Amino acid sequence: MNRLASAKPWLLSGPALLLFLVFLLIPLVMTFLLSFNSFSFYGGIEESYGLGNYIEILSDSYFYEIFLRTFLIALGTTILCVLLGVPEAYILLRMRPFARSLMLLVVLGPLLISVVVRTLGWSILLGNKGVINEFLIRLDLISSPVKMLYTSGGIVVALVHVMIPFMIIAVWAALQRRDASAEQAAESLGASPVKVFTRIVLPQAMPGILSGSLIVFSLSASAFATPAILGGRRIKVISTTVYDEFLNTLNWPLGAAIAVLLLVSVLVIMLSWNRLVEKRYSGVFE
Amino acid sequence: MNSNGKYSLIFNGLFTIFMVAPLVVVIGVSFTPTGYLEFPPSGLSLRWFRAILDNPDFIDAAWISLKLGVCSATVSTIVAVPAALAIGRERFLGREALQALFLSPLTVPTVVLGIAFLRLLSLLEINGTFIGLTLCHAIIITPFVLRLVLSSVVGIDQSIEKAAVSLGASGWVVFRRVTLPLIMPGVVGGWVLAFITSFDELTVTVFIVNPSTTTLPVRLFSHITQTTDPLIASVSTMVILFTVALMLLINRFYGLDRLLMGESR
Repeated sequence: MNRLASAKPWLLSGPALLLFLVFLLIPLVMTFLLSFNSFSFYGGIEESYGLGNYIEILSDSYFYEIFLRTFLIALGTTILCVLLGVPEAYILLRMRPFARSLMLLVVLGPLLISVVVRTLGWSILLGNKGVINEFLIRLDLISSPVKMLYTSGGIVVALVHVMIPFMIIAVWAALQRRDASAEQAAESLGASPVKVFTRIVLPQAMPGILSGSLIVFSLSASAFATPAILGGRRIKVISTTVYDEFLNTLNWPLGAAIAVLLLVSVLVIMLSWNRLVEKRYSGVFE
Repeated sequence: MNSNGKYSLIFNGLFTIFMVAPLVVVIGVSFTPTGYLEFPPSGLSLRWFRAILDNPDFIDAAWISLKLGVCSATVSTIVAVPAALAIGRERFLGREALQALFLSPLTVPTVVLGIAFLRLLSLLEINGTFIGLTLCHAIIITPFVLRLVLSSVVGIDQSIEKAAVSLGASGWVVFRRVTLPLIMPGVVGGWVLAFITSFDELTVTVFIVNPSTTTLPVRLFSHITQTTDPLIASVSTMVILFTVALMLLINRFYGLDRLLMGESR
């Protein structure tokens, strides 16, 4: 009986464990090993192991630029998501139930709509003859189109659209547990709305902002569809570079090494962020 | 409950425009009578919707995406429900590690998953096959199913099951007649979320399809990066309408906020 009891959870999770072992752990280990192989244009992948790919990536300013661009885009997206998402989450929480459920559809709905479709929308909006440029020219605010498509800035704007629901969900979860009477007390004592927001709401939203930032940053750093469509061949990021190495150049080992570096840097950033947060907010999460 | 001030409402209005603008533009463009992407459209025409019918590529891709979504969401639900029962109510060594493993596809960059699957499938010589796609998608969407099922498993009252056992019900009957109905909202919500995630998946899929298993997002993606005609807009409009219909259905039966934010209200 006792032995059966201890086997039960493993029997129940057995099928999932098997699936994850064969289709996740083994392929990840294989990719890691692949990144140490070498490649020649005539012989293909060679069964030798070395650090050649990593040395190539770390010593080439071309790759250095791609990594820097990717993380700057992710950072910019995260900052904008905080600046827009936090006030929006607070406004949503203060809405009447009906308006709120309607707005939640608007805010969270896009999360479920294909990223390719949403990015297509942004490419129509941002193009040189796109909706935004035509509109600004008609208003005489600008005389010639501002280049937004195929720039890092354009990618950031579209990524904010893709990622901001995650920030709002995280901040919402943190603010929902708050005690609204503290805001009322501050208001009745004459604090301005801005002061109430910065001194009372913001500190309570902080755990949500921190966890939301982490999600947004790591998803933006590895985003593919948005930079691939809005950046074209010119503005390359890590994931589109991996794609090119695998499906165009066919240098799989080099592509695998770039991907491993992406995985490692995302994990390092996540772990150090978590440690930072735990240190700072050790008392909050009880 | 205090309500929002004037500036909050303005902010909310601008934010709403920001969120819906790309979708409105795509839908608007799809009605153009011309041969290029123009917004606002100079007339209203169904020309590009009829064009979908002349392009079996897109229709085939849509079928593959539908089948793939149904199959992978079902596989994922079948393995995730028992796993959630184990993780949610048993206390055993390795429980946290198991949960971390099943949620890990959310943390690993999708492009890394894509090449890992490509490597495995090409070694097994099933790259580009439907079965290969289904199992890889099952990995990506299992975290969503697991999270939703877990939250309903944790919430159920175990005394109902104990009552069933004391009345002589076997383990399977208890699961089938008591446990499963109790966690059903989580199972259905998880399945739908998994289906939508699979239906929309691009980054992983782009590495592991071949021309005969190309899914709709991959077809759209390669079309967008090669040409720009309003056909992509009309296909995208169909995708938007399909997703919104699903969303309204979930919202009616499960609650979109509950689906995406967890059991927090």
